[in-house]
Amino acid sequence: MRFRLLQKSDGVGKKPQRTDGILAVLETDGPAPSRKRRLIKDLAARRFLFGLTLVPGLLVFVMLFGLFWKARAILAVKPLGRLLLGTTWKPSQGEFGMLAFLAGTLAVTVVAMVIAVPISLLTAVTLSEYAPRRMRHAARPMVDLLAGLPSVVYGVWGVLVIVPFVERLASMLGVSSSGYSILAGGIVLAIMVFPTIIHVSLEVFSSVSKDLRDAALSLGANRWEVAKKVVLRKSRQGIIAAVVLGLSRAFGETMAVLMVVGNIPRVPKSLFDPGYPLPALLANNYGEMMSVPLYDSALMLAALILMLVVLTFNVAARMILIRAERTAG
Amino acid sequence: MEGFRTHISIQNLNVNHGSRRILKDITLDIPDRRITVIVGPSGCGKTTLLKSLNRLLDPSEGLRVHGRILVDGENIYSPDVEVTHIRRKMGLLSQKPQVLPMSIFDNVAFAPRIHGLREKKTLARTVEHYLKLAGLWEEVKDRLATPASELSVGQQQRLCLARGLAAEPGIILGDEPTSALDPQSSKHVEQRLIDLKSDYTVVVVTHILRQAKRIADYIVFLYLGEVVEHGPAEKVFERPRDPRTRAYLTGEIS
Repeated sequence: MRFRLLQKSDGVGKKPQRTDGILAVLETDGPAPSRKRRLIKDLAARRFLFGLTLVPGLLVFVMLFGLFWKARAILAVKPLGRLLLGTTWKPSQGEFGMLAFLAGTLAVTVVAMVIAVPISLLTAVTLSEYAPRRMRHAARPMVDLLAGLPSVVYGVWGVLVIVPFVERLASMLGVSSSGYSILAGGIVLAIMVFPTIIHVSLEVFSSVSKDLRDAALSLGANRWEVAKKVVLRKSRQGIIAAVVLGLSRAFGETMAVLMVVGNIPRVPKSLFDPGYPLPALLANNYGEMMSVPLYDSALMLAALILMLVVLTFNVAARMILIRAERTAG
Repeated sequence: MEGFRTHISIQNLNVNHGSRRILKDITLDIPDRRITVIVGPSGCGKTTLLKSLNRLLDPSEGLRVHGRILVDGENIYSPDVEVTHIRRKMGLLSQKPQVLPMSIFDNVAFAPRIHGLREKKTLARTVEHYLKLAGLWEEVKDRLATPASELSVGQQQRLCLARGLAAEPGIILGDEPTSALDPQSSKHVEQRLIDLKSDYTVVVVTHILRQAKRIADYIVFLYLGEVVEHGPAEKVFERPRDPRTRAYLTGEIS
């Protein structure tokens, strides 16, 4: 069997077969039927693999649709506004106000981001601008490893360390708190969000060219000035994307938060109050008390909201990153 | 050296990357207020030599520098020298213009600002002065606040020149500064360098021989990390002593 690159002269009476971007004429020494069979096999394989590739993509839409389908029942009886802004959650009495859960999620996420964003960004700046190359290469996989730890580990660690710490902090400040609180959830979440923000920002910083850094250095700038005025500024969009990605991770994180946040369905009024985030609501209740009418429908609505928010964050972050890459190039 | 005062004196400079020797035992005096052009085939260490003058060779990338470089009599590789002070003495033009991610005005004001100039009026006057010196003022005076990245490549390179000059260096380094530019813009930048040599020492790396002939007062021929020949431009171009220089000038080595 021989492969030959297609030249103009080959074109006479023979159509080139397209093999994914590369133009080549396949000349087999075998008889024509075997050639045909191979062609058919190739075509079948391509179609099949293509179909398989579609499955994960379609799955998102199937899930969205499924959740919506299930949530329809409750949406038919109660207006969406009352469901989202109502404060009473008493399924047995037919009250499904989700405000406490939305507020809990929001509070925990905000606390987490307030802690995580500055620390992660400064870590990324240190690693990319100050650290010697060897340290950078050692630190990167370690940061990524942090992202791979099972979240229940963070949860256990939160219960053992963060919750008592918050309890002591509260008593020092003269507030009574069990330690299971928004603050504890926020701290644990922040630590879980670090790797995401650090990883993406490092990626973005490393796309700032050495020549540009040299240009600033040659003007007499020191490293901090280069970092602040050149690298961070050039990476603005990428940093936003990193933060949004972190945000979506924080928003959807379930296990670790659920273990330290207290899970009391009330709108939290202070950092030391317990809260009840949306994902925890789903994890704790789905499958139980399903005899209560509309209960499962309400939970499905909660899941739908969660999924939509996280999807939006992710898509937004990707779009910002793609745009940042284009303007950088 | 006949008729030249030395500004930069390179003494036994060696640069290694691991076991690879990039620059081999270079000793060279660069004349004051002249255009010195470093020529040589690509990969011969021209850029490394230029960056060693500015201490931009990054030790974290495994580059080791040995030897001395005296600028105004001060060894820039001595351990107690502050590196930002050295770099400030030299403006750098790179192959592709590297505008900072900010406005035209802020680009030129970058160095004056980090070195402590805050006063708005003085800053505005400084920016205007250097933009004029780089021959860009007329083209940008009405849009100083627009992002520098919106300028054409040729304008960007002149902006980089203005920005470098605003740091008040005594030396201008150019690393193939016209390689990304169209012929018109190249000529513009070349002319600027010629105009500036009455006040600045200019060191330019190029692989374009014709450009070297147009602007050079002093020529350094670098080949495989060694200085093969150096001297006043006419002399090297008309009567090269080394057979390798002759081969390069006739286009046999490239």
